[in-house]
Amino acid sequence: MRPQDINIAGTEHTHSDFSYDLSYALDAGKGLSHATIDYISDAKGECPWIRQWRHEALDIFLRKPMPQGWPPEVLQQLRFEDFHYYLAQGTESKKSWEDVAPEVKKTFERLGIPEQERKFLAGVEAQFDSEAAYSRIQSTLQRQGVIFVSSSEGLAHYPEIFRKYFGQIVPVGDNKFSALNSAVFSGGSFIYVPPYVKVTQPLQAYFRINAENSGQFERTLIIVDEGAEMTYMEGCTAPSFSKAMLHSAVVELVVLPHAKVQYISVQNWSRDVFNLVTKRGVAYENSEIRWIDCNIGSKLTMKYPCIILKEKHAKGEMVSISVAHDGQWQDTGAKMIHLSSGTSSRIVSKSISIGTGIASTRSFVDVHPSLEDCKNHTQCDALLLDAQSHSCTSPAIRVWGNLHSVQHEASVSKISEEQLFYLQQRGIPKAQALSLSVNGFINDLIQEFPMEYSVELKRLIELEMEGAVG
Amino acid sequence: MDSGLCIQNLHLQVENQTVLENFSLDVPKGEIHALMGPNGVGKSSLFKAIAGHPNYHVLRGDIYFNGISLRNRKPDDIAQRGIFLAFQHPLEMEGLSVANFIRAALQSRQKAGEVFSSTDFYAQLYCCMDQLRIDHSFSSRSIHVGFSGGEKKRCEVLQMLMLRPRFALLDEIDSGLDVDILQLMAKEIHKFQEENKMGGLVITHSARFLRHLRPDRVHVLLDGQIVRSGQEEIIGQIEHSGYRSFALS
Repeated sequence: MRPQDINIAGTEHTHSDFSYDLSYALDAGKGLSHATIDYISDAKGECPWIRQWRHEALDIFLRKPMPQGWPPEVLQQLRFEDFHYYLAQGTESKKSWEDVAPEVKKTFERLGIPEQERKFLAGVEAQFDSEAAYSRIQSTLQRQGVIFVSSSEGLAHYPEIFRKYFGQIVPVGDNKFSALNSAVFSGGSFIYVPPYVKVTQPLQAYFRINAENSGQFERTLIIVDEGAEMTYMEGCTAPSFSKAMLHSAVVELVVLPHAKVQYISVQNWSRDVFNLVTKRGVAYENSEIRWIDCNIGSKLTMKYPCIILKEKHAKGEMVSISVAHDGQWQDTGAKMIHLSSGTSSRIVSKSISIGTGIASTRSFVDVHPSLEDCKNHTQCDALLLDAQSHSCTSPAIRVWGNLHSVQHEASVSKISEEQLFYLQQRGIPKAQALSLSVNGFINDLIQEFPMEYSVELKRLIELEMEGAVG
Repeated sequence: MDSGLCIQNLHLQVENQTVLENFSLDVPKGEIHALMGPNGVGKSSLFKAIAGHPNYHVLRGDIYFNGISLRNRKPDDIAQRGIFLAFQHPLEMEGLSVANFIRAALQSRQKAGEVFSSTDFYAQLYCCMDQLRIDHSFSSRSIHVGFSGGEKKRCEVLQMLMLRPRFALLDEIDSGLDVDILQLMAKEIHKFQEENKMGGLVITHSARFLRHLRPDRVHVLLDGQIVRSGQEEIIGQIEHSGYRSFALS
């Protein structure tokens, strides 16, 4: 296989049905084999150990069966041989903002994304502008010693710290998809925050993932050193420009004593994407990890962020919102593993099912033996919009010992005809009445999102509701 | 006929049960009429039918507002035409604040290109809240969630004052109010009606409320028909002899 110029039409995005051609200079071709791994490693000019690591991961991936029994049936539709496992744009895009279709601009406008970002997200100023945006971030943080680069750069330029943690939190063979990611990963971020540095501005991921123009198998490794603080935002509410319909990421967080991390993702993939993500963080003494996760797009999402509360007084929190529209299945959840005394965790999840959409929430709280004073509170609320909407919650709690406090609450509600009539009686059209109800349902969680995201999220839900009513 | 509310030979069905048959009533423009009668005679059903509730089916006859038929119109369309229904049992909406709800309702009435001023909105909202003696803190509370009966009713009237309808259907807006608030509400509604030439139809069991509200006409509804229409003298008769006394006459 040799790098060749191919032209892929219909590189398209989410709901608004726009697409445009992108020419990829580098394409590993369809399907997955050891040759694919070599192609990727060659293209990236990687050192031997990581090449070897990828090959081993591929073997594990091939050996491991698909998860059976518990996952949504739709997973069986996944055909690994159909995908391109590495696509990269070798040449700079020559498109300009003026060339972007008016509908695309309109979508961005409706989403309330600032013009500068819209240009970026449309992929028209990708290389140049992303570099600019990037170096601006760099200059303010560099002085403090913060490293924020792509995972490939992290691997190349910071091998000592990268290798120390890479693949340690999520082992290659953790599950079939973590093995897949380990074999073919590209894109994603590598972040290191030195001790006691507090990064006040959230670090945002879509800048670089887009610059790489792939990110279907991104790999993110974040190390926050003692007493440091950071917020990371990945994805965006914007359309994703992916050709591939499989997104399988791995995220590893290492949060050292007294550090705090907040990891926010808003996933709005197009409705034909399998979104199978493994996210896990390790929290050391008195540190805090907080996942904020919002799943709106994709055909099937399977994502259960995990926090390992490794040392005493560590805190873990998972805040999640998912919206399952017609034909979508959002299978989400959280795992809290209490390995030390005095650790506490909280899981709050709200799901909305519309039409034939299915939202399922799985939670696993595990308090290990010989500990005391561990706390967990889990709350799963589901809102059903239609008679055929579907929601289910499967909590699993395993507690050793009796010196702990573990609570689980779940509720299912429906927007009643009377509530809609009440809103409509005030002159509010049905679609807006639905979105007001849905926004009301998730309002308390939205408050926990950073301002700009909460505004975008509310708009997104409004767009979803317009679609729901037709 | 071409102004105000005009109900003609209405045949109303809810869940395959006939609620009203061959029912007619005129409320000329700018007049307030009271509808009195025992529970379960279809007063609230009539209000919901006027407001376009999807489960209330008009099988025959029609409802006109300012000459336009309301049959088969969506509730928001009817509301946009200026008809406001104060609910007997207002609905709770968790997470939707009173202010945001009223704001959304006002914005839905805006024409394209009109600018919505938040400052003006809040100034007006607080002014109306003061009129009804509602604490300003209610503006940020989830609508009707945890409100007492009287607070819910006041919040309904607050919405009316803010949305400035041309015709209000007030369904037992007085129940659960203490005497002072009852008087206050009746006076505020009356004042608003006079200033805005608003028409209205009021369901109530309270003679006291009607004396403060001073409706133009009072109708007694029994067994699906209006058995008596008149002025204030009817209120006295109801107080003394009850609704059934009208059936005998």
